[in-house]
Amino acid sequence: MIEQKQQEIIEEFAFFEEWMHKYEHIIELGKEMKGLTDNEKKDDLLVAGCQSKVWLKASLQENGTVNLEADSDAIITRGLVALVVSVFNQETPQDILNANIHFMNDIGLVSNLSQTRSNGLAAMVKQILLYATVFQAQQKSN
Amino acid sequence: MDNPTLQHEMKELRNQFPALNQTVYGRPLVYLDNAATTQKPQRVIDSISEYYSKWNANIHRGAHYLANASTEKFEATRSALAEMLHANFREEIIFTQGSTDSVNMLSTILENEVNEGDEIWVTEMEHHANFVPWQVLAEKKKAVFRYVPMTASGEWDLDYAKNEITERAKIVAFNYVSNALGTINPIQELIALARNAGAYVVIDGAQAVAHFDVNVQALNCDFFLFSAHKMYGPTGLGVLWGKKELLEKLPPYRYGGEMIQKVSVTGTTFNVLPFKYESGTPNIEAVIAFNESISFCHEVGRENMHAHEYFLLKTATERLKEIDGAFVYADLPNKVGVLSFNVEGIHSADIGTLLDQQGVAVRTGHHCTQPLWEKLGTTGSVRASFACYNTVEDVELFIAALNKSVNMLR
Repeated sequence: MIEQKQQEIIEEFAFFEEWMHKYEHIIELGKEMKGLTDNEKKDDLLVAGCQSKVWLKASLQENGTVNLEADSDAIITRGLVALVVSVFNQETPQDILNANIHFMNDIGLVSNLSQTRSNGLAAMVKQILLYATVFQAQQKSN
Repeated sequence: MDNPTLQHEMKELRNQFPALNQTVYGRPLVYLDNAATTQKPQRVIDSISEYYSKWNANIHRGAHYLANASTEKFEATRSALAEMLHANFREEIIFTQGSTDSVNMLSTILENEVNEGDEIWVTEMEHHANFVPWQVLAEKKKAVFRYVPMTASGEWDLDYAKNEITERAKIVAFNYVSNALGTINPIQELIALARNAGAYVVIDGAQAVAHFDVNVQALNCDFFLFSAHKMYGPTGLGVLWGKKELLEKLPPYRYGGEMIQKVSVTGTTFNVLPFKYESGTPNIEAVIAFNESISFCHEVGRENMHAHEYFLLKTATERLKEIDGAFVYADLPNKVGVLSFNVEGIHSADIGTLLDQQGVAVRTGHHCTQPLWEKLGTTGSVRASFACYNTVEDVELFIAALNKSVNMLR
C-alpha cells in the first residue's frame, strides 16, 4: 500500500517537466493540507528544523493503523510534509517500519531529504518510524 | 558611486574564479553567499596543488630540502599576515582552524584570568561562535555573562554600553562586522570603553578582512581573529593575532608535538611563540595557499572591493524595495555588501529554495545569530552577500529570480 502510494506520487510528478510546475504543485499541496492548529504547534510536537520547523502528531487508532497530522511554518516544506504524511498515513506500524521510502529521490527532491537537516523532513521521517516502533510494541503488549 | 571603470575591472576578476563559471540546474550560477564563504581564485587552487606536487614535507623539524622549502613558504604567510594586520611581531600571528577555533582557544587560555563575579561581555549581534564559548566560560567560572543590546535598526546600543561596562568587565568580545546584517560596527568606541574598564578586548574580524584594511595596533585591541576562507582563502584555516606580551603570559591551549621545548618524565617546558600555540602538524597547504589570497586582496585593493560591493548592495537594496512587502534589515549607510531581508508573509526558507532552483545561491535562516533575530522579532532572513567578483548582472538575475519566487509563493 505504501509502495503503491509512492508510485502514484512519482507518476504525478513525472507529469511536470519544468522545475517551476513541480514546485507550484508542492506549494499547492502545502496550501491544501489541513495541518495543525496554532495551539498544537508547540514544542512538544516539534520534530526538528533549523530553517523551517516541522510539527508532527501521531496516534494509534483502534483499527490498528496510525493517524498522522503535521505542519510546517514554510509552505514548500509544508507541501513536502503533506506528501510524507500521505504516504504513511492510515498504515499499520508494521507496514510503516517495513517500508522502503524512495519517492523523494525519484521525484527529484533528493536534497530535501538526504544530507541537509535544514528543513526537518529527515527528522520527520525518523520520528514517524520511532512512533511506529512504539505503537508496534504497544500492540504486542496488548 | 556608479563607477563603470571599477565595475569593468571587477568583472574581469571573475575569470580568475573557475567555480563561478558553471551552471547549476542548467542555469548560470549566481553566487551570493559570500559572507558564508568566498570562492577561490585560480592562484590559490594552483598553490594547493603545487604544494602536494612539489613541496609536501612536515615543517619546522625536518632536516632536508623539502622540509626547509615548505617551512619557508609556511612562514612567508605568517610574515605576510603580520604585514597585512600591521602587527608589531610576526610571532603574534597564530594559525588556528578558523574563527570558531580561535575564539575557543581564547576562551580557554583566558580561563584563569576570569574570577567569580567578573563580567564577560559580548553583543547581541554576535555570531554564535563569538557568543557561546564566552557564555560557557562565564558559567564555568561563575562570572556574569552580559551583552550590549542591539537596536531595532541593527546597531549597538552604545549608551547602554557606556553606562554598564565598568571595571567589573574582564573580557569584552565583539564583531567588527555583523555576519547577519552587514553592519560595520563602531568598534573604536567599544574598544575605548573596554580599555577604560581594563578588560581584554577581543575582536571577531571574520566579516571584515575581505572588505577593508585592518591595523591591529591602531585599533589597540588585544586579540583579533578571522578565517581564511572568507577572504578568498582555503577552508580549515584561521588566524588569531594577539599581543605578544599576553600570548607569552597565557597558558598553552593544546598540548603535543611542536609546542614543546623539552619533555622529560619529570616535566615539560613549552616552546616560544608562535609554536607554543601551534601543536601538531598544521594545515600546511592551506597556510601556504593563503599567501596567494593575501596578495590577491592586496593587488585588487580592499578599497576597490568595498566600493564595488557597496555599489552592488545599494543597487540591490533599491531594487528589492520595489518588491511589494519586502523589507531590509539594517538599512544603514555603514555596511559591507550584505543584504539581509524578508518578504512579508513568506518564509525565508521558501525563498531560498526557489532562488536555488534558479541558480541563485543565498543563505537563509538565522545565520548563527539567534539572539539577534529574537531581538528583531523573527527567526531569520534571506541573506544575499556580495564579493568583489559579483556584477550588476548578478544583481539583476537575483532580483528577477526573487520576483518569480515571490509570485509563486503568493
